[in-house]
Amino acid sequence: MTTADNPEQAQEQPSTAIGTSPLSQATASASPGASGSPGASGSPGASGSPGASGSPGASGSPGASGSPGASTGGSSTTSSDVVMRIWRGDSVGGEFREYRLPSQPGEVVLDVVHRIQATQANDLAVRWNCKAGKCGSCSAEINGRPRLMCMTQMAHLPADEPVTVAPMRTFPIIRDLVTDVAFNYEMARRVPPFKPRPREADGTHRMAQRDVDRVQEFHRCIECFLCQDVCHVIRDHEENKPSYAGPRLLVRYASLEMHPLDTDDRRSLLREQMGIGYCNITKCCTEVCPEHIKITDNAIIPLKERVVDRSYDPLGWVGRKISRRS
Amino acid sequence: MSTIEETQVTPVTIGGTRGGPKVRTLRKDRWWLAPVATVAGLSTFVAYSAWAAFVNSDYYHAPYLSPFYSPCVASNCVYQQLPIIGTWWRISPAIIVLVFPLGFRLTCYYYRKAYYRSFWWAPPACGVSDARSRYTGETRFPLIWQNIHRWFFYFGVIFVVFLGIDAVHAFDFPNGWGMGLGSLILTLDFVLLGLYTFSCHACRHLCGGQVDQFSKHPIRYRAWRTVSKLNPNHQLFAWLSLFWVAFTDLYVRLVASGAIRDPRFF
Amino acid sequence: MAGSSAGSMSSPPGAPQATASITTAAGELPLHDYDVLVIGAGGSGLRAAIEAHIQGARTAIVCKSLLGKAHTVMAEGGIAAAMGNVYPQDNWKVHFRDTMRGGKFLNNWRMAELHAKESPDRVQELEEWGAVFDRTPDGRILQRDFGGHRYARLAHVGDHTGLEMIRTLQEKATAEQIPVFMECSIRTLLKDANGQLTGALGYWRASGEFIVFRAKAIVLATGGIGRAFQFTTNSWESTADGQSLALRAGADLMDMEFFQFHPTGMVWPVSVRGLLVTEGVRGDGGTLKNSEGRRFMFDYVPEMFRAETADTEEEADRWYTDKVNARRTPDLLPRDEVARAINSEVKAGRGSPHGGVYLDIASRRSPEYIKRRLPSMYSQFMELAGVDITKEPMEVGPTSHYAMGGIKVDADTAACTIPALFSSGEAAAGLHGANRLGGNSLSDLVVFGRRAGLAAAEYAKGRTGTPEIERGQIDAAVAAALEPLERDQGEGPYELHQELRETMQSLVGIIRTGHELEEALERLGKLREHAKHVKVTGGRKYNPGWHLAMDLPSLLSVAECVTRSALVRRESRGGHTRDDFPKTDPEFAKVNHVTSLDGDTVIVRAEPHLQPPPELAALLADDPPAGSSTATGSGTGSATAGGNPGATAGENPGATAGENPGSTAGGNPGSTAGGNPGSTAGGNPGSTAGESGSKEENR
Repeated sequence: MTTADNPEQAQEQPSTAIGTSPLSQATASASPGASGSPGASGSPGASGSPGASGSPGASGSPGASGSPGASTGGSSTTSSDVVMRIWRGDSVGGEFREYRLPSQPGEVVLDVVHRIQATQANDLAVRWNCKAGKCGSCSAEINGRPRLMCMTQMAHLPADEPVTVAPMRTFPIIRDLVTDVAFNYEMARRVPPFKPRPREADGTHRMAQRDVDRVQEFHRCIECFLCQDVCHVIRDHEENKPSYAGPRLLVRYASLEMHPLDTDDRRSLLREQMGIGYCNITKCCTEVCPEHIKITDNAIIPLKERVVDRSYDPLGWVGRKISRRS
Repeated sequence: MSTIEETQVTPVTIGGTRGGPKVRTLRKDRWWLAPVATVAGLSTFVAYSAWAAFVNSDYYHAPYLSPFYSPCVASNCVYQQLPIIGTWWRISPAIIVLVFPLGFRLTCYYYRKAYYRSFWWAPPACGVSDARSRYTGETRFPLIWQNIHRWFFYFGVIFVVFLGIDAVHAFDFPNGWGMGLGSLILTLDFVLLGLYTFSCHACRHLCGGQVDQFSKHPIRYRAWRTVSKLNPNHQLFAWLSLFWVAFTDLYVRLVASGAIRDPRFF
Repeated sequence: MAGSSAGSMSSPPGAPQATASITTAAGELPLHDYDVLVIGAGGSGLRAAIEAHIQGARTAIVCKSLLGKAHTVMAEGGIAAAMGNVYPQDNWKVHFRDTMRGGKFLNNWRMAELHAKESPDRVQELEEWGAVFDRTPDGRILQRDFGGHRYARLAHVGDHTGLEMIRTLQEKATAEQIPVFMECSIRTLLKDANGQLTGALGYWRASGEFIVFRAKAIVLATGGIGRAFQFTTNSWESTADGQSLALRAGADLMDMEFFQFHPTGMVWPVSVRGLLVTEGVRGDGGTLKNSEGRRFMFDYVPEMFRAETADTEEEADRWYTDKVNARRTPDLLPRDEVARAINSEVKAGRGSPHGGVYLDIASRRSPEYIKRRLPSMYSQFMELAGVDITKEPMEVGPTSHYAMGGIKVDADTAACTIPALFSSGEAAAGLHGANRLGGNSLSDLVVFGRRAGLAAAEYAKGRTGTPEIERGQIDAAVAAALEPLERDQGEGPYELHQELRETMQSLVGIIRTGHELEEALERLGKLREHAKHVKVTGGRKYNPGWHLAMDLPSLLSVAECVTRSALVRRESRGGHTRDDFPKTDPEFAKVNHVTSLDGDTVIVRAEPHLQPPPELAALLADDPPAGSSTATGSGTGSATAGGNPGATAGENPGATAGENPGSTAGGNPGSTAGGNPGSTAGGNPGSTAGESGSKEENR
């Protein structure tokens, strides 16, 4: 874990070094036969099996370049290796494959996946963009928990057992760790858009900060779809997908319904077509949200209460009848 | 106006092959611990409270009234608080009133999470599969009735008022004002139940959650802000008040049955 | 991955359906027909598509990632717009002036003018579409101070303004039912026999199948080139796609030598290497130290800033609370100065173990203060790196950040130098000149995104006939794309990419010299040869190795444009620093370098820089402290007197009025005026003084 702490090695700094890439045998320890259960049906077998691309890949992998000493040193000591069990496969079938590589301090899961990609499995499919927890692309299930790979530090995972990385369960698989999240975009197309009230006389919209605080919390959503992934309503019941928007979209509805400028009313829609009643507020969406949005308490439950206002509150019903008459 | 008619129902593609192994969960931690603990805690309370409610004795020892029997509205109450129910009621007076706090807790957003997870296993824990293959949530009978939670909240407020009266009464000893251990226990019971009741999600909504423009409703905004500060602790208050209400009953019961003596401070 | 129901087997389920197909050597390929095809779904691509759609053009968006993941989400600080909500003295003229000074007067003046005039409308428009910016006490959009901007001007949402912007535009585009081809990458632009643009060829990342678009006009909004460098704040997408597509289609690139390096990016741990550390850390009291614990910035105060920079630590520390009697800390010198200083320290062996220096706020501010002022920095480092910035110093070093250069465009229409092609956003050049001001990138996206969409729709309307897709081009491009998969041996794409990044970082990085640039060219040439024999394992289905292999040529050719442009600019200016020509040379203020492709060869030529008309030049010539007439006459005057010193000066490392007089009056005018008459004379003095205000802050 700490072999790279040696400052002498680490001082070799690429930003100032004018030289060729450190062609160290960084990850030579890539175990060729590490793959897990043999012969899963139709998995893209040979392609990207560790042995295939292992040899040239070692040079100058992104990870290795920073502290070449570290990885070279690390490769000889198996005690500081990490073992990753990564799901490889597509819609036809798949299996977990094991990859062993020297650990480096301070890495997140995505770093390790990238090193595997650069050195042992060039074609390992993984979706990522910013690697800073801001775009929400690298969602996966790490040791069975839905998380962003770029926000999960290796040091926080149990070191004595392989780290399991599987694709999100709720969405159809494309390949390896990449899933087809089209469901979320299709649901987004159903959202009745923002309908603002007219501007003030001076051409501006006036809103106080306390008017927008709630909405701003919802706007922090990075659409990683981890909440959609973990929500058992669709995770365990595929047939519910057409009639349930899912936590991400409910947050979106909440941001519209609570928007101080919005004039639309989406409550009947929420009850009748977006399946707000499917949510049984078991709060897993809140647990996995990397942006720490209080999805259940601040978005879904208030929406449920607004739906109650409209549909399940006799007083409200009477009140509406009366106000309509007058 | 609703936009339900205008909404374009774009088709949703379903039925694709999913990735990952076909196992209930990949989690290796002790995810079952929380549901097991919840089952144990709730079962114990239900068993105790059922017994305590039906036993119909030892629930009052002046000036302490067990919260299970408050407000005591039947004529057969030992402590004649508000005898609006006639003598025809023969069984335990607790049964009349317990339905309300029971309903309040049963439809509470926190308890729903707790028992859906632990008793229903829908889901038992995050990332662990549901126990059942079909799931319709709270969209149809009977669970659609969870939506009446706010009505139980209204009753809950009334109960808190009575518990407040009981707490004050707990200082009003037959020989004049004073304070025993029971007075403090009943007071704390009132406080915890109050916190639980007023940190409720329905309360938060009614205070100001339904308002879109807070700046136009400053008073409701302040109320909403206050409840919003309590609300994140709703789960904590739920368990504390649950435990404490049972403990209060037990204390009164032990004092009333003579098993222990209530220490008087003054 | 988008849209409605399933199409042919090559389209992912849910993608927009093809209306026709085209027979090629690779078989039947789906053919999609649009008036305007927008490539890229960041802020500028989305805005362009929305505008083209509103104008009635049949519009589609193609993007490499999922919708809403574009690099725009990384922008933090805010969107610059002279709305005057906080300082009523602010107006477009001041913003124009700030932008030009920040860009060392190499900006396209017309773009700077349009940008300054239109950005307030664009911000209001975002609000109209659902964005919720932070508010002033009276309910208007709050604006924040930023370096280089004279007044508090940045509309923002906490420190995630970019996310707000892209989500708003994404939802608007979705509401308008604009078809989006997600995770679809464009390989090449197609032309007919007459050289007219007819469409584009792309592939689905998921399936590896090819797809053909026919379009009357195309907008390139593909973002930057950051992935050419080792340490970058950019996401993987910034692979110079648009620049390369334009280049190969015969369009010109401009100002490619100007590349912004942010002085403070993380260098360690691995997980956050290159990640941006906002200038706010220093603005809020953080200070740079070397391995000996010395605040080395005091050793690097250039003559020009000496008069206005503190020379003792005591004074520097006092400046945070007393801006009247103390001078600015050298930690807040212009970005290039700071980056150069860090570089020198590391070279002298006084760097941190991982080749950076220390940025220390932990020992200077209380944990509560740090958490309150820099919440996202705190949580980001805590979660990503396990670094508690309230307890330990950060290791930081320069990181590549933003390409000022890009596709050469017309200011009003965003039209490229070939017909039917348009470009906006970071992919386009001109607005920022030699150096970009923080906050100007987000406004750039929407101002010129809209203009590009508008002009593209207009062009498509006026274009008669159906563009004819040439089969031969498709066959050639498909064959070239598939080659790496078919090779038995060759180099892996990851190693080549890594070598490219190291080459660019070390040789064409923040400090450049002639011989290193020559060496870089040599290495790039070799890499290009190697790239012709790149080999990837695996199949076509979501194969990142293959995707990278196809991106490599783009990166390589654009890297060469950067290097060649850098070689011919024998001066230091803005985002281009030559060790062998450390001074700003007025002669180079007269030219922009334009690169184009002749066959496979990159050609660089100097084009005369467009000078602003007299009425705009007048805005630049007058330095605010000297002449109060700069922008609004009395308004500016009073601002200089009253407004600036307190609030604005406090936050703004650059733009304060106080620091300019010295440099302008004393420093440059003489030498500059000799070389360049008229507007340039006004230009150069600012170019150096304006440094102070330039290069502020992250996008």
